[in-house]
Amino acid sequence: MFRYIIKRLLELFPTTLGIIVLTFMLFHVIGSSPAMVVLGKNATAESIAAFNTKYGYDKPLLIGDGNVFDSQFFSFAKNLVKGDFGISTEYDEPVSEILKRGVGPSLTITLPILLGGTVIGISLALLCAAFRGRIVDKGILMISTVLMSVNYVIWVLLGQFVFAFKCGLFPIWGYESAIYVVLPVIIGIISSLGTDIRFFRTAILDEIYKPYVRTAYSKGLSHTRVLTRHVLRNALIPIVTYISLSIPFLFTGSLMLETFFGIPGLGNVSINAIHSADMAVVRAVVVLGALLYQIVNLFTDILYALLDPRVRLT
Amino acid sequence: MRSLWHKLSVGGKLALIIIVSYFAVALWGEVSYRIAKANDVTPSYNQVRDDLRYLPPSLEHPMGTDNLGRDVSKRLVQGARIAFHVGIMTSLIAIPLGVLLGLLGGYFGGKTDSVVVWLCASIASMPGLLFILAISMVVGQGLLGIYLGIGLTTWVGVCRTIRAEVMKHRNRAYIQAARVLGYSHFRIMFRHLLPNVSHIILIQFSIRFPSAVATEVFISFLGIGVQGEPSWGIMINNARLRLWQGVWWEMTFVSLAIFLLVLSFNKLADDLRDILDPALRSGK
Repeated sequence: MFRYIIKRLLELFPTTLGIIVLTFMLFHVIGSSPAMVVLGKNATAESIAAFNTKYGYDKPLLIGDGNVFDSQFFSFAKNLVKGDFGISTEYDEPVSEILKRGVGPSLTITLPILLGGTVIGISLALLCAAFRGRIVDKGILMISTVLMSVNYVIWVLLGQFVFAFKCGLFPIWGYESAIYVVLPVIIGIISSLGTDIRFFRTAILDEIYKPYVRTAYSKGLSHTRVLTRHVLRNALIPIVTYISLSIPFLFTGSLMLETFFGIPGLGNVSINAIHSADMAVVRAVVVLGALLYQIVNLFTDILYALLDPRVRLT
Repeated sequence: MRSLWHKLSVGGKLALIIIVSYFAVALWGEVSYRIAKANDVTPSYNQVRDDLRYLPPSLEHPMGTDNLGRDVSKRLVQGARIAFHVGIMTSLIAIPLGVLLGLLGGYFGGKTDSVVVWLCASIASMPGLLFILAISMVVGQGLLGIYLGIGLTTWVGVCRTIRAEVMKHRNRAYIQAARVLGYSHFRIMFRHLLPNVSHIILIQFSIRFPSAVATEVFISFLGIGVQGEPSWGIMINNARLRLWQGVWWEMTFVSLAIFLLVLSFNKLADDLRDILDPALRSGK
């Protein structure tokens, strides 16, 4: 077990390096000069030079002149380790401060969406499994295909139009009290429900024809008990993986929902940063999301190794 | 191909017919776009007519007109053109890349495979939509940014499925026979392995296409994607402003157009998966 954890930890290095190299390439090598983007076409040579010195864009890309490590790449990697994501060109304050402020509001909508979506999704998938091949199953399956075909943009606009504007049930825009997050949460759940149900249903049905299920039935256990106590427990393995992969997005927030409902979370911050070409912020959210993904993956893998000895051997 | 048609369910056949009709419409849009461009005139879908603003659907304008008096149905056709451009171009980037890397990793194994897995893992851990947006931002606004953004991030799924399938085939008798015959690795990969995993390409295409279209709608809606041409995302963004005042037609028809195309592709993808990949067959 110990060896497995060490092995898995070592695997973290190349991928993290990959993430850093990819983001660096994207934002520093391919991207146009940030000074030009921020200062505009009419910027003078002096103002561009001052901008580049201030934000460190005047350093060589890969290998420093005097000191080998005094380059954009190494300062980027070094600062990342220190948790320093640079300074936002738009707000002129450390990116880490902006990120800290955004995580809270993001969590207030993404956490209920994940919990609500999972509970509803698994319940409906169980219903499908219980009535597999029959009208209930086919109906739910058809509705999920329809649900996942509606564009996210349309869900948001339709939700705002019908529930907030026509019925006046919820406020349309803002972030002041709990009622403001209800509509975004509902829309978030509905828009991911189709994909979720179909995945959960497949995971459950993969288990349902296994011999242990037949054994459980032949012991005379009830339908409900077999489904919830035996089948669901085993189906939870793929389901937990599926859910754990969305944990990083809890923090980085929902781009669409936050922008459209004026929730000051990280999704909103990212979209604004993209519009104002605030590279430091976009870069920080991308890197942070990717690193979180790595960490979550590591924990799920270790958890599996603890629960299922077969994983350790392969 | 013909036997494939017979194996499709009724819904799948209907979906395929709808997709082919969309394709025909998109082709027609392409032709009218090219003709307008060659004659150097403003195409009819972009002509501003102040006297025709916000007309509800009528015989002359079957889907009404928008805030600048432009015919919604003509703009929808152009939207279909852009959607197919995005679906096809991103597939042309993602599928060859994914197939090549999947073949290399799965066939050679060892160090080559480690590099492929490493690339996949690095890209897969990037926050999807934001990464695509960042690529389009960095590459510059417009369709090229969208093609590259979607294309360069979504090959991972293709690569992983191809790699897994190739690993199953790698030690089968026909591959060993080819090796004994002294065929080159290149020949074995592309002449022997590829035809046996090619059904995955078809399935992956039908899965990727609708999600690429949906992503383009989102990006263009945010104003980062297509500029000046009526993409569906731009049309939605345009239509939403007046929806509150009762101008329902533009929004309704654009939404329906996107929905029908994506739904058809999802249905077709389901059917193709059931027919071509029995191991994945859901719930049977």
